[in-house]
Amino acid sequence: MNFQPIDETSPDQLALEIKGVSKAYSRFPALNNVSLQARDKEFLALLGPSGSGKTTLLRVLAGLEKPDAGEVRFGGEDFLALPVRRRRVGMVFQHYALFRHMTVAQNIAFGLTVRPASERPAKSEIDDRVAKLLALVQLDALGGRFPSQLSGGQRQRVALARALAIEPRMLLLDEPFGALDAQVRRELRRWLRELHDQAGVTTVFVTHDQEEALDLADRVAILKDGELVQIGTPNEVYDNPATPFVFDFLGPSCRIPGVVDSGQLRVADWESAAAPGAPTGAVELFFRPDEVAFAPADGLGLPMHVQGFAQRGPDVRIDCRIGDQAFELQCRGDDLPPGVSVGSEARVRPMRPQVYAA
Amino acid sequence: MMRAIRLPGAAPLMLALTLAVLGVLIVLPLGVVFQQALSKGLDAYLDPLKQPDALAAIRLTLTVAAISVPLNAVFGVMAAWAISKFEFKGKSLLITLIDLPFSMSPVVSGLVWVLLFGAQGWFGEWLIAHDVRIIFATTGLVLATVLVTLPFVARELIPLMQDQGADEEAAALTLGAGGFTTFWRITLPNIRWALLYGVLLCNARAMGEFGAVSVVSGSIRGLTTTLPLHIEVLYNDYDFVGAFAAASVLASLGLVTLVLKTLLEWRHAGELSAHRRN
Amino acid sequence: MAEYAIKPPTADLPTGLIRGWKRYSILPGFPLAMGWTLSWLGLIVLLPLSALIIRPWELGVGGVWATLVDPRVAAALRLSFGAAALAALVNAPLGLLVAWTLTRYEFPGRRTVDALVDLPFALPTAVAGIALTAIYSPNGPLGAMFAKIGIKTAYSPVGVFIALLFIGLPFVVRTVQPVLQDLDREVEEAAHTLGATDFQRFRYVVLPAVAPALLSGVSLAFARGVGEYGSVIFIAGNMPLKSEIAPLLIVIKLEQYDYAGAAAVGLAMLVISFGTLLAVNAAQVFLARRGRA
Repeated sequence: MNFQPIDETSPDQLALEIKGVSKAYSRFPALNNVSLQARDKEFLALLGPSGSGKTTLLRVLAGLEKPDAGEVRFGGEDFLALPVRRRRVGMVFQHYALFRHMTVAQNIAFGLTVRPASERPAKSEIDDRVAKLLALVQLDALGGRFPSQLSGGQRQRVALARALAIEPRMLLLDEPFGALDAQVRRELRRWLRELHDQAGVTTVFVTHDQEEALDLADRVAILKDGELVQIGTPNEVYDNPATPFVFDFLGPSCRIPGVVDSGQLRVADWESAAAPGAPTGAVELFFRPDEVAFAPADGLGLPMHVQGFAQRGPDVRIDCRIGDQAFELQCRGDDLPPGVSVGSEARVRPMRPQVYAA
Repeated sequence: MMRAIRLPGAAPLMLALTLAVLGVLIVLPLGVVFQQALSKGLDAYLDPLKQPDALAAIRLTLTVAAISVPLNAVFGVMAAWAISKFEFKGKSLLITLIDLPFSMSPVVSGLVWVLLFGAQGWFGEWLIAHDVRIIFATTGLVLATVLVTLPFVARELIPLMQDQGADEEAAALTLGAGGFTTFWRITLPNIRWALLYGVLLCNARAMGEFGAVSVVSGSIRGLTTTLPLHIEVLYNDYDFVGAFAAASVLASLGLVTLVLKTLLEWRHAGELSAHRRN
Repeated sequence: MAEYAIKPPTADLPTGLIRGWKRYSILPGFPLAMGWTLSWLGLIVLLPLSALIIRPWELGVGGVWATLVDPRVAAALRLSFGAAALAALVNAPLGLLVAWTLTRYEFPGRRTVDALVDLPFALPTAVAGIALTAIYSPNGPLGAMFAKIGIKTAYSPVGVFIALLFIGLPFVVRTVQPVLQDLDREVEEAAHTLGATDFQRFRYVVLPAVAPALLSGVSLAFARGVGEYGSVIFIAGNMPLKSEIAPLLIVIKLEQYDYAGAAAVGLAMLVISFGTLLAVNAAQVFLARRGRA
């Protein structure tokens, strides 16, 4: 995958610019001063819990919602001044919004057939394009079916083909895998990424599934309560979560209070050098339950009292207490130091902890 | 999908009771219409239907329906579009207003037009001065019929279109379709069966309406008597065979409506609003 | 089909977020559709209705009161509301029975019987009126039977009641039926396994669940019955003080060019009907809340 950071100095590469977009509903702000950019052909994920404003932002891009303030430019053009039908964005709706009374082929052809006569391709050309798109989404034989006769995954691919038929300048996907079961979801994910690389369209997709976002996107924008919390490549955001929320949201996490004083981090009776730039005073230490190293009771690390093990294959789950807090840690069986058994004391050291002001 | 409940002995009893209730209360009157109409033989049955008054009544009934039904169909589509595809304040009040004619007595639905356009109505003098007739004329019949049948199409479309949401329309717009194209190619095909269903019920009521039109008609024979009013005229003249012959025409209309309506419910259940699905 | 669920587009967006009076939407046509709707409603419903509301007061408050307490008018209002209430109440068990049979038993011709329930909706009222009169008049098939046991059916308040029974039945059946259909069978089965008798299951499980729908069906039948004209007018006999219904009095007053008096009776009917419907609505909310708890 492609983890190149955006080169801010070459604006010609920028496709999408969102500047200070705000949208308030009567009771709360859905989007609060959100700014971000996407490079040409980039695959950008909008990640956040429900109510974070990610879908609203996507609908603003599509033209389905009008922001109260802010700017949206695409290829340098003022996007907000364009009505939906002139934006030429391919939108894939969460529930697909297939035209239920049209066949699959008619659905895909729709965007071409509604063009004004002067721009409309000839009938044979439309048929041709539909056939190609059907092949692209691997539904060659199903052009004559109606949406109600398709499975969820097939509908999703029809929706995608329909969006691609208008040769969109930008592809927008709203929870593209939300309504599918886990197996289909994983298959489609890989397929979608390949499709994107092949089609080379700037793509923005909304998801609440961090695994999906990290796995699929070139960059991930994380939203919370209508605000952009962090944006970066999957590695950047995973390795350096900007806030406890991001840390928590991107994967399983453990937190434990501590103190940073003159460059030293102290948690329980364990002291170590605080990372440069860490806040001082009362802090919270965050770490992933599977990024830990164990040591005997007289070694280095947080003192833990082992309460139980559960082994599944080579992986071991350790139920333990650190101070008066309960934790579930993960490790490979071979990483466990000898002598660690139920009821014993040991030490555990977070490998890549993050420290946030408490 | 229906599992018979375990009620030894009760099921046949309940079924018998149901059939008795429906038979006596509902089917018997229908049978009586045809029995009475044909009681003096086929010629006696057909003769009253060939009278000029009867033919004029049939023509007037068709005319009134042909004007009222399309008007209310257009209204129904407009109202349903506004109510189901947009969010605005006062929506439930609007729906209540649309439903209002259902809870008005048909006679009141006729009365209100007389209060406006009758000889002593608000606009009565002006109308007389300008020699415009509304009451005791076709216009009055149409107005009364339109008021009585106003909710039919809207009531079918609103719940269905609310169910369908606006996603498909939004998708069509993102694909470059204009407003009219979107309505014509996406919305209308999605509601066609429900629209037909509403029009069917609206039409049946428009052709069969009695109370409201009787108030505004003045029952001028051959001029302002619709078929239901023609039945009353004949009945009051003790021409029972004639009255029932005319009634049998309307009863047939009712039966055809019922059959078509039932077929729609069976064939296109998914495309009617949820409460119409059997 | 069922699996092809369509969710409204704004399902996960907050509702009630209207600023100004209308929420922004990209769909076109709102001004046209709304303008058309309001104009049509104004012209066809509100303007005429305002005449109904305003014109009675030409008589003054005392005059309106005098009109309504006039023995003939009072008797007619009593008959219209009384017969409609009685017919609606009798239709409650009848409608429940029909709905129960149609949803719970499988029998040949069930769908046809189901369709026939709507006949009173489809049959023009004047047709029903003369047909019912033929059946229940003293020399009609059922009228003669009742006459033998000394009950005069047609040309009496009983005739009014019978006509309203005919008109009201489908309202009850059609509101109760879907609820019975959707009733969770497991709840009934649970009651069964807990040792409830058939009657107990009906009384404690089924009835509370259908009560709100039953009530609304009954109130719909009642509202329709109060204003019913065509099917009643032939069978009632229309004797002043005895079998004259309120809508007929409106017609009579109009024939006497007593517009204000006719409007007073019409307005009174509308107000009482609406009051009843509001009360029923309140009762229904109460029942539904209890049913959910």
